[in-house]
Amino acid sequence: MRASDKVQRQLEAATATRPRRRVNAWSVLAYVLLTVGAAAMVFPFVWMLLSSFKDAREVLSPGFWPREFTLANYVEVLTRTSFPRWFFNSMIVAVLNTLSVLFFCALVGYVLARMRFPGKQVVFLAILATLMVPTEMLVIPWFVMSADFGWVDTYWGLLFPGLIPGFGVFLMRQFFQTLPRDLFDAGRIDGVSEFGLFLRIGLPLVGPGLAALGIFAFIGNWNAFLWPLIVAQSPQMRTVPVGIALFSGEAGAAWHLIMATSAMAILPVLVVFVIFQRQIIEGVVLTGVKG
Amino acid sequence: MSSPTPSTPVRRTRARLSLARREAIWAYVFLAVPLLFFAVVRFYPAIQSFRLSLFTWHVDPARRDFIGADYYLELLGNPVFHQALKNTLLYSIITVPTSILLGLGIAILLQAIAHARGWFRAIYFAPYITPAVAVAWVWGWMYNANFGIFNTLIVDWWEFTERIGMPWLQIQPQAFLRDPDLALYAVAAVIVWQQLGFQVVIFLAGLQGIPRVYYEAARIDGANPWQLFRHVTLPLLNPVMVFAIVITTIYSLQLFDQIVNINFTDQGGPLNRTLSIALYMFEEAFGRARLGYAAAVTVVLFAIIMIVTLIQLRLTQRRLDY
Repeated sequence: MRASDKVQRQLEAATATRPRRRVNAWSVLAYVLLTVGAAAMVFPFVWMLLSSFKDAREVLSPGFWPREFTLANYVEVLTRTSFPRWFFNSMIVAVLNTLSVLFFCALVGYVLARMRFPGKQVVFLAILATLMVPTEMLVIPWFVMSADFGWVDTYWGLLFPGLIPGFGVFLMRQFFQTLPRDLFDAGRIDGVSEFGLFLRIGLPLVGPGLAALGIFAFIGNWNAFLWPLIVAQSPQMRTVPVGIALFSGEAGAAWHLIMATSAMAILPVLVVFVIFQRQIIEGVVLTGVKG
Repeated sequence: MSSPTPSTPVRRTRARLSLARREAIWAYVFLAVPLLFFAVVRFYPAIQSFRLSLFTWHVDPARRDFIGADYYLELLGNPVFHQALKNTLLYSIITVPTSILLGLGIAILLQAIAHARGWFRAIYFAPYITPAVAVAWVWGWMYNANFGIFNTLIVDWWEFTERIGMPWLQIQPQAFLRDPDLALYAVAAVIVWQQLGFQVVIFLAGLQGIPRVYYEAARIDGANPWQLFRHVTLPLLNPVMVFAIVITTIYSLQLFDQIVNINFTDQGGPLNRTLSIALYMFEEAFGRARLGYAAAVTVVLFAIIMIVTLIQLRLTQRRLDY
């Protein structure tokens, strides 16, 4: 502390000729630039909401604020389209896949981090290799497979590709590796079963990892488009992104309705983001910077 | 196993061996379902894609004819594929450096302020997690040539410059997504807008991970702000930079959601100027039922991603000058 205080004083002495105000000017400039940038980030959302509150004629006129806020567009989308059903489908897919991701990624991550067995390196490298294959390369065989087994237009068809993402396995493996080995050895001596070691000793200690992984899995499945677009063939099996795309494509120039649909797709994700903001951003940092 | 020393009872060694074996058996019990999943849903399809690309497509496997590399040769000569390839590489060349430079700049500004850092970070990050499909429709509406907000503002500006007598400041209204020369840049702007927050978050974390003492030491040595940035910040950010470049590039080579939705009635844009490889694959496979040809497209995409990633890792790992 002392030494750095001294350095600090020396630094201040060395820069004493510089007027203090300049530092403030810099930070004011930083605030101004950041605010302008933030406005550009927010504007599309604001414009989407404002457009969604205007009626069919007003949305095409140049005014900024709606003359009269109307929720009629939302009512029309909810009653005229199968939006509630799409929402339900998306929920089912996102929730079930998230549960599967949490359980299996944690289990495999635990096995790779904490258990000793022959062939571990091969398993590790094999799962690592799956990360390099782009989804585009898999969707055609997935579709052929789904057609052969009758999975087209079913929930299982929508679900199965996302059950165990390789990236989640690596995330959980990293978390389990930070736990002390003694913990598990002690458990073994006390006669805890191998599954009990995972479930009752390991799992409770990787809460932050599970939180980040769960949120990512949910948002990723909620936003997924390419595979649901291929496998959901009837209007009843569409997810929200597929539903919006095909409805908006048919709606032509009904921008007031398209903006209301977009708002209903975006708002749930923004709500999740506002609630779990800290975990989401920490999760990105964990997977990004340390990964 | 070496023979037990006299002090170690034989029984204990045997018990340990069986413990190790028990652990290995349990490990494979736990791995059974996941390994089956990876084999059936990840490995087999990857190989199957390659195999399908060598055959003509038919629902009945017995009626698929082997044609060797014909589809690959067709790709090489197909002008639409050339356009898709060129567009996809352009998306990468435009969006990767732009989002990284802007993201790093914003992270540095965030590092410099004392208040509301978390708020700003959240605002910049929000577009990254919102559904690309919905976002693309919103931008498509803003870009709309007749009623979009951008052209409305351009017209307002036009009238304003007229009123203040400075017509040389005027900008022409644009067709944006309908303009063959502009469409790709308009889409690229959406990609940057959506990817920016990711860069901000990881660069900010990287900056916060750099120990203060390095800066203090360099300052005592008389380094100016540029030298601090060039010789302290940048080298220490190198791992984050490599990660950001590789991840964003892979993402940009696979663009699909935004391209389909931003110009839904004219997918691929005017003269195919916004068409990406992923969308080209989709149209060939599910629009024209040419699954074998589309599989060849995905194999080429896979090869491109591998080659680009390897080159990037080579180049970025070499440039570690402190």
